[in-house]
Formats: sequence, C-alpha cells, structure tokens
Amino acid sequence: MNWFRDYLLGPQSATHATEVDSLFMFIVYLTIFFFFFNGALIFYAARRWRRKSDREITPHITHNTKLELLWSLIPAVVVFVVFFWGFKGYVSAFIPPNEALEIVVTGKKWVWQFEYPDGTRSLNDLHVPLNRDVKLVMHSEDVIHSFFVPRFRLKRDVIPGRYTELWFRATQPGVQQVFCAEYCGKGHSDMLARIFVDTPEQYETFLREGDEQTRTMPLGELGRLVYENKGCATCHSLDGTRGQGPSFKGIWGHPADGSDGKNYVVDANYIRQSILYPQAVVVKGFEPIMPTFQGLLREREILGVIEYIKSLQ
Amino acid sequence: MENVSSATLHGSGHAAHHGDYLEDPKGLRSWLTTVDHKRIGIMYMWSVIFFMVVGGLLALLLRLELLTPKQTLITAEMYNRVFTLHGAVMVFLVIIPGIPAALGNFALPLLLGAKDVAFPRLNLFSYYLYVTGALMALCTLLLGGVDTGWTFYTPYSTTTGGGVTLMVLAAFVLGFSSIFTGVNFIATVHTLRAPGMGWFEMPLFCWSMYATALIQILATPVLGITLLLLVMERVMGVGIFDPQLGGDPVLFQHFFWFYSHPAVYIMILPAMAVISEVIPTFSKKTIFGYKAIAFSSIAIALLGFLVWAHHMFTAGMSLFAGAIFSFLTFFIAIPSAIKVFNWIATMWRGSISLRAPMIYAISFLLMFTIGGLTGLFLASLATDVHLHDTYFVVAHFHYVMAGSNLVALLAGIHYWWPKMFGRMYNDKLASVGAALVFLGFNATFLPQFVMGSRGMPRRYYNYLPEFQGLHIASTIGSWILASGLFLGLAVLIASLMKPKEQLARNPWGGRTLEWETASPPTTHNFDEPIALRHGPYDYRPVEEIEASEGVTR
Repeated sequence: MNWFRDYLLGPQSATHATEVDSLFMFIVYLTIFFFFFNGALIFYAARRWRRKSDREITPHITHNTKLELLWSLIPAVVVFVVFFWGFKGYVSAFIPPNEALEIVVTGKKWVWQFEYPDGTRSLNDLHVPLNRDVKLVMHSEDVIHSFFVPRFRLKRDVIPGRYTELWFRATQPGVQQVFCAEYCGKGHSDMLARIFVDTPEQYETFLREGDEQTRTMPLGELGRLVYENKGCATCHSLDGTRGQGPSFKGIWGHPADGSDGKNYVVDANYIRQSILYPQAVVVKGFEPIMPTFQGLLREREILGVIEYIKSLQ
Repeated sequence: MENVSSATLHGSGHAAHHGDYLEDPKGLRSWLTTVDHKRIGIMYMWSVIFFMVVGGLLALLLRLELLTPKQTLITAEMYNRVFTLHGAVMVFLVIIPGIPAALGNFALPLLLGAKDVAFPRLNLFSYYLYVTGALMALCTLLLGGVDTGWTFYTPYSTTTGGGVTLMVLAAFVLGFSSIFTGVNFIATVHTLRAPGMGWFEMPLFCWSMYATALIQILATPVLGITLLLLVMERVMGVGIFDPQLGGDPVLFQHFFWFYSHPAVYIMILPAMAVISEVIPTFSKKTIFGYKAIAFSSIAIALLGFLVWAHHMFTAGMSLFAGAIFSFLTFFIAIPSAIKVFNWIATMWRGSISLRAPMIYAISFLLMFTIGGLTGLFLASLATDVHLHDTYFVVAHFHYVMAGSNLVALLAGIHYWWPKMFGRMYNDKLASVGAALVFLGFNATFLPQFVMGSRGMPRRYYNYLPEFQGLHIASTIGSWILASGLFLGLAVLIASLMKPKEQLARNPWGGRTLEWETASPPTTHNFDEPIALRHGPYDYRPVEEIEASEGVTR
C-alpha cells in the first residue's frame, strides 16, 4: 500500500517522516474503517426498516448498558493508542540532538534568510548536508510566519520577539519545498524557500564559494551585497561621510596616509590586505578597530568588494 | 416578563382565542417590536439565511480564483479580504447564531411547553445587537475591508491597515448577542419547563441547547475582553500582543482560542440537538440512550474549555503543555462517538421514513463521522505538526462547521418548517436538494484533505501547479454544493407562495410538545394547559404507556 501513502503524503525525505507517516496511515485506515462501518449500519437500517405503513410499531428500547459501555470503551482505547503514538513522535521531533549543525533562520515579509555557523548567508535557498542533524533557530522580524517542509513532515512557527527551533536529518539528496504556513499578508503564498540537500562535498563547496547565485553574479553586484550584508556599511560610508573608518567614496587609485607615516595607494592588493589583515595599515586619524574578515569572506567576495570600491568614484 | 409568566401560570382567559403568531398582530411594526420568541426566531432565521447566501457567494468566488495556480480573477489583496469576510460572516453571522438563535428561539420554548423564553425583551435586544454587529461587519468593506483572516492573529492584525478595528468591534457586539441568547436559554430551561417535566423528561434538544448556552455565557466574555485588548493595542498603542511594544503575540492565540475552541462546540452541540430530534421522529422509535446523549452534551461543553491550545502545537509551546492539550483533546472524541452510535442505534429496528429532514440527518451522521475522525489526525501531536495550517485543517473544520452544523441547520429548518409557516414544501425536490448538498459537499472538501496532507498550506492565493487537479475537483464540487443549497432555498420559498392550507398539527408524527399545538402555533403557543402524557420520544401505543409504571402523569 505504499502507493496510497505516497499519494496522500508525498515522498519521505527526513528521518522524522517515517514515524509520522506510519501513524498518519494508521489513522487513515481507522477513519476508513469507522466511516464504512457507520455508513453500512445506517444504510442497512434505512433499507431494512424503511417505513411501509404509518401504523408500524417499533420496539421500545431505551438503552443497553453493556452495548453502550462497549462503544464507549472501544473509542477510548483507540484514541489513547493514537495519543501515545503521536506524543512519541512529537518528543523526537521536539528535542534536537546535541551535535546538530545550527543554522539561523529569519523570516520577514516575504523572504526567508539563512545564516550558517561560518557567517555565510543565503536568501530563500537553504543548503544542508545529507544525513546530518540540522537545527534551525528561527525568529521573525515582523509578523508570525511558519516554516513548513512537507516532505520532512515538519513545521514550526517563526515568531517575532522569541526563538523557536526545528531540527531534522535529511535522508534524500535533492531539493525540498519550503512553505510559509502562517498567514502573513499579501505575499504569504509567495513566501517560498527551497532546501538543497547536499552531499558533504557539495555543502563544503557551497560554504566556500557560495551558491549558484553568488558564483555567477557580476562581481560588482556581489561586492555591493557583501558591503550591505557583512557589516562594511556600519563603518564605511558611500557618500564621503567620515565614520568609524574612512568612506569608500572615491578612494580607488588615490593615495592613503598610513598612521605609520608611509604613503599607500588604494589598489587591489591594498584592499585585500585591509580586509584580511586590517591592522597592517591603519589610515591616519582612525583607530585600529576593524576586525579581520579572514574565513568570513570567500575569494570571489573579496574580488567583488574590490570591484565595488572601484565603481564608487 | 411578569405578564408572560402569569400567562404561563394561569393560561389566563384572554389568551384563549389568539390567532396564529404570524398574523396576530399584523404589520411590520408589530414584527420589529415583537417579543414573541417565534417571531424573533423567524427574523433570526431569515437573517442567517441571507448571510449564508452572502458567505456562500464569497466562497464560490474563492473557489473560482483557485481554479488556476496564479491569478484567475482577483488580486492577492482582494483574495485575502474575501477569505476573511467569508470566515467572519460564516462564523459570527451564520453558524454561531444559526441553530441556537434561529431554531432554538423558535423551538426551545415550544419543546418545553412554555409560552416564551424567560426574558423576551432581552431576546429582542439580542436580535438587534446581531443586526448592529452584522451592519458593522459589512461596513468594514467601506474602510477597505479586512485582511487578517477571521482569527485576527497578532501582530499581523495590529499592524495591517483597513477596517480591522471595526470588524473586531462587530465581533464584540455579536458576542453579546450570543451571550444574551445563552442567558435566556439557561433561565428558560431552569424555570419554564411545563408542569411535571423533569430534567430527564426534557427533549434532548433542550439539553444540548443548555450545554451550548453554558459555553456561550462562560467563553464569549473572554473573546470580548481579548478583542477589546486588540482594539486598545491598535488604537492606543497599548503593548499587549505586539513584541515591538513589549507584548507577546502568542498570548493572543491563547486568549483567542480560549473562546474560539469552545465556540466550535457552540457550533456542534446545537447541530447534535437538532439531530437528536429528527432521528427519533423519522425512525418512529424512542431515542436510544437518552441519558448518555444528555450527559455527553454536558461533557462536551465542559471538556471544550480544556483543549484550546491544540490549535497551537506548532507555536512554540512547551512539550508538556502540548502533551496535556493533546490528551484532553482525545477525551472529547469519546462523548462524540457515543452520540453517533446512539443515533444509529435509534434507527435500528425503527420505522424509517426518508423525508428531506431525515436525509439531511443521515448526511449529518456520515459527515460528522468524517469530521470527527479526521480530528484524530489533528489532536495527535506528531501528525498535527505536519497538517497544521494546511488544507487538511480547512477540510476538517468545514466537515464539522458546514458538513455537520449547516447540514443540521438545514435538517432543522426542513423539520420545523411546517410548524413555522403552516405550509408543507415539495418533499421530493427538497430531498434532491439534500442529496446535492451531500454530494457537492464531499466533492468540495474530500480533495482538500489530500491537498493538505500533500502539503498545500491554507490561505494561499498562488499555489504550486502540482495541486491544480485537486483544486479543480474542489471548485466543481462547490458548484454542485451551491446548486443543492439554492434548490433547497427555492423549494422552501416556493412553499410560502402557496395559499395557506389547513396543515395537520403533527405532519411527521413527532412526540414532543411542539407537535401538540397548531401549525403555525398561536401567539401564546398552547391554548390549553399542557398535560404531559408521555415522554418526549415515547412511541408506544397509549394503552402500553398507561400500563407501564414509570409514567403516571
């Protein structure tokens, strides 16, 4: 009967799904059985004892204690079996394993944003390694959303002002659909995401080089994304305003006075060094407070930042 | 109040020659200022039917939009407003007042052998509150509509535009209308039963209505408070639910469902009330397990207060809380199952007449079975996590709220129609209508179970193309359902066009008191003092009843 299960639920793609599906199918058969049982009794009665004359006299049966106890106890037993089964599945879905890979999920109208342990971020595409426990730590920036992965049989609300967790272990490589399941306005039904279940190698490549999008995006555009998302914008302005660090406006190809008294020219190597070894040269008049971005930016992203600064004349 | 109860006590002389309540006194003004429970019931019934048509047309529009995965007719904003209005109209203006305020007002005093409800003026006030609330709900359209869904979840509802505040106040006003009906029914059942009618000689309709009224007066105030808090947050910026103001959005869900889950039983208990009357009459057989049905109504009403958080299994509640609410929810399945088996046992060895009300009642039994059993999927924690907020839930609650409640409302309307208007409708056509409603309903909502378990979330304007086949099936089903409902309505209205006939007091052969008065009843219900000669479902021949010792009235 696997075809029936697959028709009703779709394929199973995480460890959790197997247990949910067995319980689901158990209740399906229960429902079908009791529906046809009741239906058969009703139709039998309606045919067998269809009124033929208005003078018919019916037996005066007010109750039958034994029968009534029986049909109170049978549903009681059935529902308690279903309760415990469902509780067991909920517990295992509720408590994440200790060594799970932790990914931060942010929901906002109407996008999903993911942040990986090494600082990598992605939008609407979540990459996870196959056969590894993954824990999502989720919160919302506006209204309530809900992170729903039908093939994993999992869902958890994403709430502003508090964190909720969801964990899974994906068992099938490939792409899984994610829906927002809590109504959140106009774009609710377009608030979709995809989970890419990668082999360990694919996952490493993703962390190193980014997803398909970051690998193919024009460098300048990638640089702008890095500037906006990785914290550059906090200290370096684009319009010449002095911040915690020098503005990026019009510095490309121009000289910079180092606090060590030497003169430097802002070129590709200078920028690369400033990102990876920020204390090596500090521009005169600024504090040596910039953190290093070693390991936080990919090679292509550094090239992107260089390209971006080049464009800010 | 005084003159009504004195009339009850003495059957005072002048009451003896009243005409039928529809025409004595005549005139629109006499209707609008009436305190007669029957007239108020009739006004409620037509209002409910009107809003059922409105809500139904909105539903047809939604189903039409969902024919294709992208835009078919209306925009996303429009779609969100339409499903909100559909939900709010159907819940607050049709289903909650449907059976209690329309049929309950008409039938409850008659079934008890009373001349009216305990507080007739409060009863009329409750109707005008209903009308006020309904007008307020419709006025939200002028303010750009409401796009929150009928559940008003925060912080969406406190931050979105449109007429949310007015809609919330409308629900508040409608809540009071519901509370007043509840107060009235409780007092009526306690004080106005016919002389000699003990609690266990009441028709089961009255037990169920009593249980409903308990929920109405105990749970509805919580909704009122919650809605006022919501308005305070929206209008005055008091931070209760919005985390940006220091509130807790999940708290709203607890408050909301503390009313709205019991409200599900405000919807289903009255349905059970009607079915407990229709099945014995059309089986010509005493009800099986009277006490079990009566007590399970009360059990459902009380347990209904303890299960609200089963709407929130995915909302980040603690594991322990989840387990308790799931466990208690399963408890409710038991009294519901008991009732279904009791009704089937009542049919067993009966003399079954398949007239339109009975066809609706049988539809109810089948659809309530599906609605109840699919509740198991959602009460169970592990499966609910998957199914929550999908079309599976949509299908489940439509089986309960529409498949069971509305079908029972239709059963009741068809059952008491000859008593209300003294005219019989075309039973063949009405039965065809009933059959179409059954077919159409299942064609609409069975595919939605499958959509939901395959992962289609609810309240989706656009959807993935893989779901289109099931959506088309569902939309075609909605057309069949609509044709059945309109046929039913047309048959009823056609019966009113006929000249008035001298209709028998008891066209179905029922044993409850309303069948002992004229059709339609006179203004004061009963012209002679009530004499209980048999129990409400006692179909034995007179000699046998007199011979049996229990009944010596």
